[in-house]
Amino acid sequence: MVEISGLHKSYITGTNSLHVLKGIDLTIEAGEMVSIMGSSGSGKSTLLNVIGILDGYDKGEYNLNGKVIRDLSEKQAAWYRNQMIGFVFQSFNLISFKNALENVALPLYYQKIPRRKRNKIAAEYLEKVGLLDWATHLPSELSGGQKQRIAIARALISNPKVILADEPTGALDTQTSYEVMELFKEINDSGITMIIVTHEKDISERTKRIIHLKDGFIEKEYKTKLSLNYA
Amino acid sequence: MLDLGVWQEIFSTMGKNKLRTFLTSFSVFWGIFILMILLGSGNGLKKGVMHNFSDATNSVWMWGGMTSMAHEGLNSGRAIEFKNDDLEILDRGFDELENLSGRIGLWGGEYHTNYKNEYGDFGIQAIMPGHQVTENIKPMSGRLLNQLDMDKFRKVTVIGRIVQERLFKNEDPIGKYVNINGMPFLVVGVFDDVHEGETERLYIPLTVAQKTFRPGTAVNTITFTTGNATVAESEVLIEEIKQKLAKKHGFNVEDQSAMGAWNALKEYKQMLSLFNGINIFVGIIGIFTLIAGLVGVSNIMLIVVKERTKEIGIRKAIGATPGSIIGLVILESLVITAVAGYLGLLCGIGLLEFIASKMPASDFFRNPGVDFRVAIGAALMVVLAGVIAGFVPARRAAKIKPIIALRDE
Repeated sequence: MVEISGLHKSYITGTNSLHVLKGIDLTIEAGEMVSIMGSSGSGKSTLLNVIGILDGYDKGEYNLNGKVIRDLSEKQAAWYRNQMIGFVFQSFNLISFKNALENVALPLYYQKIPRRKRNKIAAEYLEKVGLLDWATHLPSELSGGQKQRIAIARALISNPKVILADEPTGALDTQTSYEVMELFKEINDSGITMIIVTHEKDISERTKRIIHLKDGFIEKEYKTKLSLNYA
Repeated sequence: MLDLGVWQEIFSTMGKNKLRTFLTSFSVFWGIFILMILLGSGNGLKKGVMHNFSDATNSVWMWGGMTSMAHEGLNSGRAIEFKNDDLEILDRGFDELENLSGRIGLWGGEYHTNYKNEYGDFGIQAIMPGHQVTENIKPMSGRLLNQLDMDKFRKVTVIGRIVQERLFKNEDPIGKYVNINGMPFLVVGVFDDVHEGETERLYIPLTVAQKTFRPGTAVNTITFTTGNATVAESEVLIEEIKQKLAKKHGFNVEDQSAMGAWNALKEYKQMLSLFNGINIFVGIIGIFTLIAGLVGVSNIMLIVVKERTKEIGIRKAIGATPGSIIGLVILESLVITAVAGYLGLLCGIGLLEFIASKMPASDFFRNPGVDFRVAIGAALMVVLAGVIAGFVPARRAAKIKPIIALRDE
């Protein structure tokens, strides 16, 4: 699903160039559930942004679902994001003046699906995450766990190949974090590839493979007990 | 991108930010409202003053005065009185004169008019047929005076609308006789004039007056029109006529009080250019007010975009193209300016109509209102301006990078 080789990425701020990714080789198969770990500044969020086509890269190769991702126009990038990728963020990133249902339905708006139909689909996904009763509530009226589940429903609605989660449990308490991870596992079981960036060990242990990033290199990677249990 | 979904998206966004939407709308509303009021008032002022030019705009009026300079052995303080032979001189000497006429004013007070038991003191004017063109009167029924009336000394009269209303009430005046100081005149026609006051008049043939009320050949006033002459040409013509009359009557051409002349064309053109100037000035003020409103919209939309950076980032992350973001911002700006502009247009025109209906027309102000084409033009301009006002903020919105917008603080 994700094939990356020799990936380099630098940020240029003024006269300083910050070399963040220094040659990443990474392959993630379809249906995998991977966590990317690393301390702050290790380049894990940058890697996620590149995988999510939110950011470009300088050198190397990146294939997503068999398509070369390179020098895309903003419009193409938007289309790929919409078709193939679902995002889940630490701070949920729901649109504050739209209710739960409208938030979930938004990706379908950009697929030009009529309102009635997309609201119907959104309701189905809300039901999947157990929040149908909260459909007309605004994000401000929901708890952190509920918000994250709304965001997950939104990530799922466009039927993506990959879900990218950037510190999805960073703003949640332990109990809620585990519930969210349980939801991720169910999603993964349905065949969707999951890539989760985290710095929490117990969260990473709930994925099947852990990739450690340090100073722009992959330091180590290994399979977890979870994968062995299911293997 | 103009399908229903886009509108629903925009209206739901606007509906959820009511105060912001209202404040933005108001600045545009106000701009258009003021523009309409200014243009409409300018028009009212112009119509009011231009209304005073109820006579043919190319008319020239001349009257005799009192000399103030001794000239070729003649004393100052002589009265100059025009006579029939002056008319003949002008008629022979100047081909470009049209509708040449003498006029004797037999003003009210001394002259009483009655039909049966209805009496009135109206202005009686003894004229030649051409003067009716110069006065720009409109026949309502019957006919106007003609050369035959002059030649045959017919005691006929055309009466003004108000004279008809006062003396004849609902009766048809044509073919009836009115008495002017006891002398019967056959009513052959009724006329109307743009100036209300000038319909309180009766016109009779000059030749009749010179046989009856004012025996002799004197005429008080000479009037004529100057065809298609320009202001400069008409001024030259008047100067030439003055010289001719000065020679005949023996006064100095430089003597300002010996005779008077009023060139309607010159005054008319001056007023016209004055009001065109005023209208342009007023229009510019209005347009700048509007621009201030639009800059306001643009400014508020910029703040809106700034405020919505995160939201736009989210939208982009989940698949919004730059085009759809630009569309979102421009359409929002367009909807706000178009709706607010249209309301401003309606309110402005509505207020002008209200003023027009409540305020009596005066010599300075009447029928304020905006040309339909101007209103349409303003409406189109508002729509265009909405797009322009939205463009800069929209482009900024489209340039927002999702990774920066979504960065957790």
